[in-house]
Amino acid sequence: MDTATARKPATEPPPSVAAAPVAVALDDVSISFAMKGQPLFKAVAPTSLHVREGEFVAIVGPTGCGKSTLLNATAGLLRPAGGTVAIFGEPLSGLNEKAGYLFQQDALMPWKTAADNVAIALEIGGTRRAEALAQAQDWLKKVGLGRFGDRYPHQLSGGQRKRVGLAQVLVRHPKILLMDEPFGPLDAQTRQIMGTLLLRLWAQDRKAVMFVTHDLEEAIALSDRVVIMSAGPEARIIGDFPIDLERPRDTAEIRLDPRFHTLHRQIWDQLKTEVAKTYGEDMPS
Amino acid sequence: MRIHPAKLFLLQILVAVAVLAFWQVGATVPIGGDYLLPEFFFSKPWDVIARVYQLFATGTIWKHLYITLTETVLAFVIGSAGGIVIGFWFARKPTVAAVFDPYVKMVNALPRVVLAPIFMLWLGLGIWSKVALGVTLVFFIVFFNVYQGVKEVSPVVLANARMMGMSERQLFRNVYWPSALSWMFSSLHTSVGFALVGAVVGEYLGSSAGLGYLIHQAEGVFDVTGVFAGMFILAAFVLVIDFGVTRVERRLLVWRPQPAGEQN
Repeated sequence: MDTATARKPATEPPPSVAAAPVAVALDDVSISFAMKGQPLFKAVAPTSLHVREGEFVAIVGPTGCGKSTLLNATAGLLRPAGGTVAIFGEPLSGLNEKAGYLFQQDALMPWKTAADNVAIALEIGGTRRAEALAQAQDWLKKVGLGRFGDRYPHQLSGGQRKRVGLAQVLVRHPKILLMDEPFGPLDAQTRQIMGTLLLRLWAQDRKAVMFVTHDLEEAIALSDRVVIMSAGPEARIIGDFPIDLERPRDTAEIRLDPRFHTLHRQIWDQLKTEVAKTYGEDMPS
Repeated sequence: MRIHPAKLFLLQILVAVAVLAFWQVGATVPIGGDYLLPEFFFSKPWDVIARVYQLFATGTIWKHLYITLTETVLAFVIGSAGGIVIGFWFARKPTVAAVFDPYVKMVNALPRVVLAPIFMLWLGLGIWSKVALGVTLVFFIVFFNVYQGVKEVSPVVLANARMMGMSERQLFRNVYWPSALSWMFSSLHTSVGFALVGAVVGEYLGSSAGLGYLIHQAEGVFDVTGVFAGMFILAAFVLVIDFGVTRVERRLLVWRPQPAGEQN
């Protein structure tokens, strides 16, 4: 199976977003790192990916395959070695101001309370403190932490910190949401709860989402489209599948749906050989 | 392993009583014609206590305490301010840091006491020569901590703040500054302690007032009771300052997880 056939389904995005403008356009983007005393490390081979407004795209691949680098290029935190990144048709220069980024690691400021961590996202844009705090409190309520505003990050659990992070990102109403294995460090139950919460919040205004994960099941449960990347170096997209499960979804229950299994098998079957090959070198089992 | 606070306090008192009793007996009860702790060298606990009381009762001690405290505070404030400014500057400008690196290391390696005579020549016998000595001690502690604090800001927290749209100034206020301060405050006990060391050592080497002067004077006339009384007051003074620092630290570092073992 070659890349062209794998990417074919992507030409038919879900009907709801088919006509929407393209929010993120990565065209032939390649990423390299210069490392001391070594040849240039080509993390990502020239890769193209378009995400439309309102579309939830999951990017799946083995750990360390360069999917996070692709996300960082979209965020403007990393300059691609080649190709172009365009945000709503505008070539990206500097940081992507239209995007909110939820990191895999803890990114909250440990010296600010949960409420202050959310409010600061507005305050730096010039919102008055009282107003920012009120909105922060609103968002904390939305993520189920209404009573935890005065806690410091170290007084919260990992899942709670992720919720604060989510509120911190969403309070600014970014048009594009970039998520880098955001629920990776959480336990299985908390992940599903967080997934359902994310979908509920996302359904309110349907931002364009790029959600990086190494968990195919999580990807199918959440997204409209699953993009599969090969293992690095020179990682590339080796599959692109629409997920036509109806919304709203409950990320725990959807996994019991027979169509979920069909999709899972379909994607897995088609990719098994390719993925096994790429995983084989990096994965211990 | 928990111990009841009252019982703990009792045991702590017991240690003091035992030490004082040993001292008193050693100084007053001859063993085989010899004193274990001859009064000339060790004085007697009761005399020391009486002297401490007398120093406070006559009010002479306040002037010395005031001078030492002033020197300590000035050394701490000036040293910290310098450490913060230079620490930030070096951390944000790696080239500057690289150029000055050998000199910083060299000066820091120098035992600061040898600078005392120079400061005395330059600044006289008043408080400023002591302040200068304290500054050279405090500066390096604060400098290294602030430098580290700015360098060790979590790259993820930084990237997150940038993605929020923070400008350089906002990054400074919301990320670099709190991070640097947290490092500085974590060494607050050490830097305040060193400010006091600078003041007292400076006084000891040449001055006309202060706790170090008091001890030095007593020593000069073989007044061991005076030396011990001065030491006792100095120790109590340090405890009071340390208590204050702990209170300040608690307030400022409320966002930090308490280290294991200190949880109550």
